[in-house]
Amino acid sequence: MSRPLYERPVIARHQTGAMNKFSRAASMQPQTHVDGVPVDTLVEAYGSPLFVFSEKTLVARYRELRDAFARRFAKVRVTWSYKTNYLDAICRVFHREGAWAEVVSEFEWEKARHNGVPGERIHLNGPLKTEATLRRVLPEGTLVHIDNFDELALLERLADELNLTPKVALRVNLAVESIPAWGRFGFNLENGQAITAANRIVAGKRLELIGLHCHLGTFILDPASYREQATKLAHLANELRRAHGLVLSFLDIGGGFASHSKLKAQYLPGDQATPSFDRYAAACAEGLAALEYPAGKEPTIVLESGRALVDDAGTLISTVLANKRLADGQRGLVVDAGVNILFTSFWYDHDVVPAQPFGGIAEPTVMYGPLCMNIDVVRDSVMFPPMRTGDRVVFRHVGAYNVTQWMQFITYRPAVLMIGADGRHGIIRKREELETLLASEEVPAWL
Amino acid sequence: MQRLRDLAISDTGFVFDPFSGATYTVNDTARCVLDGLKRGLHRDELVALLADRFETSGEDLSRDLDDLVHSLRLFGLVPGAFEVV
Ligand SMILES: Cc1ncc(COP(=O)(O)O)c(C=O)c1O
Repeated sequence: MSRPLYERPVIARHQTGAMNKFSRAASMQPQTHVDGVPVDTLVEAYGSPLFVFSEKTLVARYRELRDAFARRFAKVRVTWSYKTNYLDAICRVFHREGAWAEVVSEFEWEKARHNGVPGERIHLNGPLKTEATLRRVLPEGTLVHIDNFDELALLERLADELNLTPKVALRVNLAVESIPAWGRFGFNLENGQAITAANRIVAGKRLELIGLHCHLGTFILDPASYREQATKLAHLANELRRAHGLVLSFLDIGGGFASHSKLKAQYLPGDQATPSFDRYAAACAEGLAALEYPAGKEPTIVLESGRALVDDAGTLISTVLANKRLADGQRGLVVDAGVNILFTSFWYDHDVVPAQPFGGIAEPTVMYGPLCMNIDVVRDSVMFPPMRTGDRVVFRHVGAYNVTQWMQFITYRPAVLMIGADGRHGIIRKREELETLLASEEVPAWL
Repeated sequence: MQRLRDLAISDTGFVFDPFSGATYTVNDTARCVLDGLKRGLHRDELVALLADRFETSGEDLSRDLDDLVHSLRLFGLVPGAFEVV
């Protein structure tokens, strides 16, 4: 008779009040493949850690979003929010599907142009619009979302100087129940600033006001927030129509839809808590029912979703470096991906599972990255089965903001891969090496 | 070591501590070590017991043993100063 396989001896205390964690651990399944390709094959070919993006999921999420809104609105425009993930390959998948671009800097604008997006299909947002940037983008017809009165004055001056009538939108911030307002961007609605700015644009006659925009925040789990937002935007649009006969060509409801990740403060996991695109779209449609526009003149609904389109398509494969027993008895697991590349670990309890079949008892585990920094915790308090060094783990729903906000710190940034809809795979960003970093360094002649 | 000897350990790895009322789960290897500790086995005997009962492949059994004993100390199942010798 063959003997059972040895497994590290473990004793785990049963905790009350932790049913959710226990039931999740009990139902944890290994993820051995990404889009049909074995994790081992990927790591052998491209190294560890490794970000992997699924083209299939990118396209599926995009179409689900577009279709949910297209069922309710005559005209819908999805703009790809570059900051969320501006790797060319990712952007091109969305542009191929028909997305315009939403950018917040000249760098992002250049990236969008490089990806073949015409200037007049780019929405330029954010507080970073220098005179030089505007001089560059205005002649190409880029749509500028005005953030403040200084910017408004600058745009009017440039309109004169360049002899153009720039198409602009007004960025508005407003209060909705249950989430803190992002009050620092745009003009406030409740205190009348937004209507003052709109009146000023109309009276100035140098800019053409064609849209209103509001971005509520990010990872908004309650669709009702969008109903409130849409109602308020509709009332503002009605007011502008009454005052000036102005019929806007678009209403931009921003981004902020949740992915299937899980905020640290959130109790239920993403697969239970995250609303479908359909529910968000329904909430917007209810809110926009307040719009009093003539038939046939309905504005285009502009979406700026970032996270919700790309997060679920991104996976991070990482390798176990060591097991530890911490002073308080908790188990520690050191993996080769830290907060330097999984930056979103500060806000999200990432869904992490072993990449190979496992046995044994799950224990409360803290997952550390490889940096010699105390803050380098990629997952705290997860029920996780025993792992050996060299075993692999897979972090899911990590496609948003990580490969833009990551930092080159202590080690090189890893390769990023895309698995094509037909199963082919290829690098979309090379692993950094010494040469990558030396390329932008100089040593002055006196050294 | 009375506390350890009093533990009720089922074949499926369910552990009940009548002293505190706490319950635990152990895997087969940990159950094997607990049995050995109850019988007063020493480090080399415990390691030999594991190697005999289970199919090993170069693991550091002695270190794994220390790791388990560390947990037992934390749960108060063995005295704070207890070491396998
Ligand atoms: C103006 C604007 N639009 C869209 C987005 C994308 O947001 P999300 O990724 O939450 O959809 C952001 C993100 O901060 C933003 O500032």
